[in-house]
Amino acid sequence: MANVFTRMGDWVNERAPNMMPAYRKHMTEYYAPKNFNLWYYFGSLALLVLVNQIVTGIFLTMNYNPSAAGAFASVEYIMRDVEWGWLIRYMHSTGASLFFVVVFLHMFRGLMYGSYKKPRELVWLLGMLIFLVLMAEAFMGYVLPWGNMSFWGAKVIISLFGTIPVIGGTLVEWIMGDYLPADATLNRFFALHVIALPLVLLLLVVLHIAALHEVGSNNPDGVEIKKGPKGNRWDALKPADGIPFHPYYTVKDLVGVGFFLMIAAFIIFFAPTFGGWFLEHDNFIPANNLATPAHIKPVWYFTPFYAILRMIPSFLGQAFWGVLAMFGAIALLFALPWIDVGKVKSIRYRGTGYKVALGLFVLSFIMLGAVGAGVTAEVIPEWFGDVDVTFWENLFGRLMTLVYFGYFVFLWLYTRFGWETTKPVPERVTTHD
Amino acid sequence: MANEVVDHGRRRFLTATTAVVGGVGVVAAAVPFIKSWEPSARAKAAGAPVTADISKIELGQKVDYAWRGLPVFVVRRTKDQLALLPTLAPRLVDPDSEIEQQPDYIKGPARAIKPEWLVVIGICTHLGCVPEFFPQIKPEPFDPNWKGGFFCPCHKSRYDLSGRVFQGVPAPKNLQVPAYHFVDDTHIQIGVDPKEAG
Amino acid sequence: MTKRQLLMKHILLSMTLALGLLVGSTPVLASEGGAELPSAGVNLRDQASLQRGARLFFNYCVGCHSLQYQRYSRIAEDLGLTEKEVMENLNFTGAKFGEPVISHMPEDMAKQWFGKAPPDLSLEVRAKTADWVYGYLNSFYVDPSRPVGWNNTVFPNASMPFPLWELQGIQTAVRKPGSEDVEKLELSQPGTMTPAQYQQAARDLTNFLAYVSEPAALQRHAYGIWVILFLALFTLLAYALKKEYWKDVH
Repeated sequence: MANVFTRMGDWVNERAPNMMPAYRKHMTEYYAPKNFNLWYYFGSLALLVLVNQIVTGIFLTMNYNPSAAGAFASVEYIMRDVEWGWLIRYMHSTGASLFFVVVFLHMFRGLMYGSYKKPRELVWLLGMLIFLVLMAEAFMGYVLPWGNMSFWGAKVIISLFGTIPVIGGTLVEWIMGDYLPADATLNRFFALHVIALPLVLLLLVVLHIAALHEVGSNNPDGVEIKKGPKGNRWDALKPADGIPFHPYYTVKDLVGVGFFLMIAAFIIFFAPTFGGWFLEHDNFIPANNLATPAHIKPVWYFTPFYAILRMIPSFLGQAFWGVLAMFGAIALLFALPWIDVGKVKSIRYRGTGYKVALGLFVLSFIMLGAVGAGVTAEVIPEWFGDVDVTFWENLFGRLMTLVYFGYFVFLWLYTRFGWETTKPVPERVTTHD
Repeated sequence: MANEVVDHGRRRFLTATTAVVGGVGVVAAAVPFIKSWEPSARAKAAGAPVTADISKIELGQKVDYAWRGLPVFVVRRTKDQLALLPTLAPRLVDPDSEIEQQPDYIKGPARAIKPEWLVVIGICTHLGCVPEFFPQIKPEPFDPNWKGGFFCPCHKSRYDLSGRVFQGVPAPKNLQVPAYHFVDDTHIQIGVDPKEAG
Repeated sequence: MTKRQLLMKHILLSMTLALGLLVGSTPVLASEGGAELPSAGVNLRDQASLQRGARLFFNYCVGCHSLQYQRYSRIAEDLGLTEKEVMENLNFTGAKFGEPVISHMPEDMAKQWFGKAPPDLSLEVRAKTADWVYGYLNSFYVDPSRPVGWNNTVFPNASMPFPLWELQGIQTAVRKPGSEDVEKLELSQPGTMTPAQYQQAARDLTNFLAYVSEPAALQRHAYGIWVILFLALFTLLAYALKKEYWKDVH
C-alpha cells in the first residue's frame, strides 16, 4: 500500500517537479510564529466560508431561476420542493453573514497587531481588495431572491451612482439596463455573482496568501521572527520562534473550525433568519416596485457604511457628499499603512493614545452599524421618551462618523509627530499556548 | 528541547480518529447535496399516478395517456387479436415475458391484468422512439406476414399487440408495462400497483 | 493577569456587549397601530394544534387566500394526515393531492370587492411574524366607515372583512375621550366560541400559518441537535490532537 503511494508520488514528481516543493513551501516548511492567539483563527475560517459559499452556491444555481418573474418562487421551490434545498440555502445565507463576521474580526486583528505595516502592506492591500469585492459579491447575492428588500436595496444602492454629477443618471440606467431594477439587472447580477466575482475573489485570495507567505506572518507581539535568532527543532536555518504551519497550525485551526461549525450549525438549524438580521422579514415579500418596505435598510454588514451615507446631508445642491464619505470610509482603510507611520506594530507595546483610539474606532463602527440598522431610532424613544428622534439619531450618528474618521486623522498626527510613547518591543515572541 | 519523547502511537491514533470522524462528517455533509438531485416535490407531483377513463375506447382502438412525460398506450384488443397472440411465440425474443420489463402480476401472452386491455409505455426499447400502431392483420411494407402490433419508424423494430418484440430487429426487449390497476371497470390508474391500491 | 491581558479582556467584553445590544434588539415589527403584540405562542410540535389550524384555514380562509407554495401532499406528510383525510376534509378546490393550495377567488372580482387582491399567505408569518398574525386575528372590530364594514387595530384600514366573526363574535371600538384613537375593543355580541376558545382557535390558525411559512422548520429542529453533537465530538478530538502535537512546541 505505502509502496503504491510512494510510486504514485514519484510518478507525479517526475512530471511536475515543482508541485511538492510548492506544498512544502506553503505547508510543512512555512514557518509561522509560534505565538498565534485566538485572533489568528479567522483567516483560515474565512477560507472555509469561501469554500462553503462556492459549493452551496453551485448547488443553488441548479434550481434558482434568474428572472424577475421566477426568482422569488424558485427560492421557495428550493426551500420546500427540492430535497434538502432548505439546508443548502441556509448554509449559503448564513455563510454570507458569517463571512463578514469572520472578515471583520480578521481585519480587526490586523489593526490591533499592526499587520498592515511594513513589510506587509501588499498583504493588507490585497486583503482590502478582497473586502471590496466581497461587498459587491454580497450585495449582488442579496438581490437574487428578488424579495422586496432585494429590490429596494438594489434600487437604493444603484442610485448611489446617480449622485455623481453629470453622468449619474446615465450611469444608473446603464447599471440596471432598464429604468428600474428589472430582468436585465437581475440577470447581470446573477452572472456577476455566480461567475465573475467568485473568480476574482479566488484569484485575490491566492495572491493574498502568496504575498503573506513571501513576508511571513505577523504575530501578537509584532516581532519579526525572520530577524530573530535562527534554528529550531525542525530546521537549523529557520527562525527560532517559527513552527511549521503543517502540522501545528493545521491541527490548531481544526479546533477553530470545529467551534466555528458548531456556531454556524446552531444558526443554520435553529435560527436561520437570526431574528431578522440574516434574512429580513420584508424579503419574504416578493419584489414590488410600487411599495417600499417601511424600514428600508441594507443587511447588517453594510449598515456602518450605510449610516455614514445617511449622516452626511446634501450640500451645494449635491447629494454625493454622503456617497463620497461612504467610499472614503473604505478608502482610508486602504491607506492605513501610510497613515499609521508608527514603528511599533502590536497594540501590546503601543501608546495609551493608540489603545483608546482603536477602542473608540471599533465602538464607532459598531454604533454606526446600530444607527444604519435602525436600532437607535428604535431605542431612543424607548430610553428617553418623547424626544425628537431624528435630531438625536443624527447627532449621535454624526458624532460616531466623526469618531470613525477621527481615528485616521489622530493616528496620522499621533505617529507622524512622535506623540506616541511606546514600550520596548521584545527580541523574541513572549507567549504561546 | 528534544528531551520529551514523542508518543507516536498516541499521535497516530488521534490523527486517525480525527481523520475518520472528520471524513464521516464530510461524507454526511455530502449526502444532502447528492439527495438534492433526486426528483423534487414538484417533479413528483407532475409524475403522480394518472387516472384514465377508458370507457370511451372502442374495440381495436388505441388511446395515449401521458404519465411522467411518457406516452402510455392503452389498447382495447379484440377476441381475434387475442387469439393470435400465443401463435406468435416462435417469432418473438421473449414470448413469456421473462426479462424484467413488467410488474410481476403481468404474465402470459396477453401481458395484461384484463386480457382485453393492453397498457404499455410507448417507448421503443432500442433508442427511445415512439412506435406507431398498426392494428390490422394484413401485409405491411415492413412485414408481409404482419399480424398487428407496433412498428418503430426509427430503426424498424417491431412488436406484437402485447408489446412483445420480434426476433431480428434492433430492439432487445419487450415494451415496458407500467404499474397500473383497475379503479373500477371503466378507469385505470397508471403508476400504482393493485397491491398498493389495496 | 497582566495589564495587557486586562485590556484585551476589556476590549473583548465591550465588543461582546455591543454585539449583544445589536442582537438583543431584534428589529421588532410592532403593529402599525402601535400596540404591543401579545405572543402567539407558536409550537410546531403541537400537531393537534396544526391540524385544527389547517381545518380553520381551509374552512374560513382558502376562499380568498392561496398558499401557492404549499402542496396538499406536504400538509398530509407533515401534519400526520392520510391522503384521504386531506383530500376529503381540507381540499375543497378539487386540486390534485400533489398540487399547491390555490384559492378559486378570481383576482379581478377580488379587486372589485376588496379594492385589492387578497395576498397569498404562504409566507405571511415570515414576513409579518407570528405575533402580528395572531394579534391581527384578535383585533377586528366593526367600523361602518370602512367599505367592508370592518377595521383592525393591528393593521388599521385593512381591506379584509372578518370571516371568523361567527366564532369570535363582534367587537366594537371604545375610543379615547375626544379622540379618534381606539382605546380598546369590547365584545358587543358574543360568538359561538368563548373568548378563551377563540384565542385558542386564533393560536391554532397562526400556528398552521407559521408551519406553512417554513415547513422545513420541522426537519431543521429534528436534525440540528445531532449535527451539533457530532461537531462537538469532532472538536473534542481535534483539541486532543492539537494538544498532542503542540507538546513539541516550547
